[in-house]
Amino acid sequence: MDISSIDPRPTPRSGLSLGLILRLTAALALAIAIFGAVLGLQRTARAGQTMLNVSFDATREFYQEYDAAFAAHWRATTGQDVTINISNGGSGMQARAAIDGLEADVVTLGLAYDIDALSAKAHLLPANWQSRLPNHSSPYNSTIVFLVRKGNPRGIHDWPDLVRPGVAVVSPNPKTSGGARWAYLAAWGYALQAPGGNPASARDFVTRLYRNVPVLDSGARGATTTFAERGIGDVLISWENEAWVVLDHFGKDQFAIVYPSVSILAEPPVALIDQTVDRHGTRAVATAYLDYLYSPRGQTIAAHNYFRPSEPAAVHDGPSFPKIKLFTVDTVFGGWEKAQAVHFADDGVFDQIYQPGS
Amino acid sequence: MPPAEPIVPPPPDRVARAAGTSARLTRATADPPWARALIIAAALIFLALFLVIPLAAVFVAAFAQGVGVYLAAVTNPEARSAIRLTLMTAAIAVPLNMVFGLAAAWAITRFDFRGKNLLTTLIDLPFAVSPVIAGMLYVLLFGAQGLLGRSLADRNIRIIFAVPGIVLATIFVTLPFVARELIPVMEASGTEEEQAAITLGATGWQTFWRVTLPKVKWGLLYGVIICNARAMGEFGAVSVVSGHIRGLTDTMPLYIEILYNDYDFAAAFAVASLLTSLALVTLLAKRFLGRRITDAPRVAAEGPGVDRRAA
Repeated sequence: MDISSIDPRPTPRSGLSLGLILRLTAALALAIAIFGAVLGLQRTARAGQTMLNVSFDATREFYQEYDAAFAAHWRATTGQDVTINISNGGSGMQARAAIDGLEADVVTLGLAYDIDALSAKAHLLPANWQSRLPNHSSPYNSTIVFLVRKGNPRGIHDWPDLVRPGVAVVSPNPKTSGGARWAYLAAWGYALQAPGGNPASARDFVTRLYRNVPVLDSGARGATTTFAERGIGDVLISWENEAWVVLDHFGKDQFAIVYPSVSILAEPPVALIDQTVDRHGTRAVATAYLDYLYSPRGQTIAAHNYFRPSEPAAVHDGPSFPKIKLFTVDTVFGGWEKAQAVHFADDGVFDQIYQPGS
Repeated sequence: MPPAEPIVPPPPDRVARAAGTSARLTRATADPPWARALIIAAALIFLALFLVIPLAAVFVAAFAQGVGVYLAAVTNPEARSAIRLTLMTAAIAVPLNMVFGLAAAWAITRFDFRGKNLLTTLIDLPFAVSPVIAGMLYVLLFGAQGLLGRSLADRNIRIIFAVPGIVLATIFVTLPFVARELIPVMEASGTEEEQAAITLGATGWQTFWRVTLPKVKWGLLYGVIICNARAMGEFGAVSVVSGHIRGLTDTMPLYIEILYNDYDFAAAFAVASLLTSLALVTLLAKRFLGRRITDAPRVAAEGPGVDRRAA
């Protein structure tokens, strides 16, 4: 008996069913590949110049509106099409991704330190990036406010109300979120400037504050959905614009915004990533993209999305922002680099005072 | 002369197992009817509470704002891109893991070699490590600051924060499924038939293709199906390497999170229901295929009972 006598013909039973499975699998894979290829071709045929904006969490609605406006402006002035891709997430997380190779043409992050890190750790842009655009490269600014539930049942009016025992405070993780770092510094600054305030009392105040935080989300938007959609906590420490967006989406009768007596001037900066734009050949369009943020149109869109315009004179029909006492990170903390090193670096003050689950 | 396969009696261990099963069944039917009813009711209530109701809730929430909103949510360009990327990732990852799983299971159950235990352990590694760590591995390897980052950047090759990274991360987390499904099946089916085939002069390839593969086809199909389900549904590992660029590197699970965070709940659940439907379709396809093959006329000695159990 030789080999040919074993399998001179396909065995009908097992051969059929197995073959059927294999053929179906192959057909499915082929169909998906063709489907994907067709859609893929559509995409490349449509796209002109493409650029990527790596942004933080609280700008989702703003940049969706702004990108459409800028694309129209760019077509009107140059006749070229531009596709702007966007990635949103916690500011620190986004900076980390850019350092690890997420090829941003521009970054629009929550605070200056995160862009400093791109320069220091990955040399993606020069160290003096913040002086290249007006207002410390912050075309819009914001502050930190409180969002409370309907009727303010826990009577939250100012910072001391957040450290009362039993008040559940929602705030994201200062390690990964820009908004959370602004919130932390705002609380610290408040306690420092309160009557009889000193570094020790500020540390004690912030320690008690974070004892009231049951969960740390990685970004501002995660914290907001935790508070607004999942109904966890009594008060959300939030970007001012993020709080207003919640009122728009969930109804003004569900939540209320509480402005504390004093807060921090939060300046979310923008920057061109030189290394990327030179490789992609997108320097002109990316530069124009950032400049247009300072134009009356850009300022108006920012105001409509509840960011405080850096040039308020350019905006005519925006919302009116309550005037509250704002201090800056430079005057109270001696700049971001110092604040980061003291408070948010590994084994910094935040690591010392925050024990999860305690 | 064709082999006299039909008159081969079933292996003794199979007979023994069948006898054991029927003995256990007899004991079970001796239980009082109320006990059986209680147990069945408990199982059904548990399934309803933890499986059916949450699943149904996804579909209810998806259609909460009407069919128009649903269709708009699943056909806009970003959603189409997410669906395409998810299907493409599965189309690459699943066949690769099918081949790997078959090869690994075959090697482990049919041969003795040095490092066999190590291989068995390594296959389980993706189960053991958190998917987030799986993602981090690729960032450490291919990231701009990673081991290979510099040379990849010089050649303008992008792996993480691009489609290749997503595919790699998916392959990593779905690697054990086919092999893990096949190893017990292959071990249980024994090596007698393969030994017979080799005795009769078949080559290794013929033995594998005509004897081993047909025996394990149900295990293989099942492994492929759960591998596919995980490949389409993977979140953690893919999230780390995706970069979350809207319309470019978002798979369906990531896109659902984005929509949810945009307060676009109806759209988030619409895409979630679509992802759920894809999973349900795979399961239905498996049932359909199973019935079709079991119903086909077959030779008595092949042991239809075994196939029915597998289906």
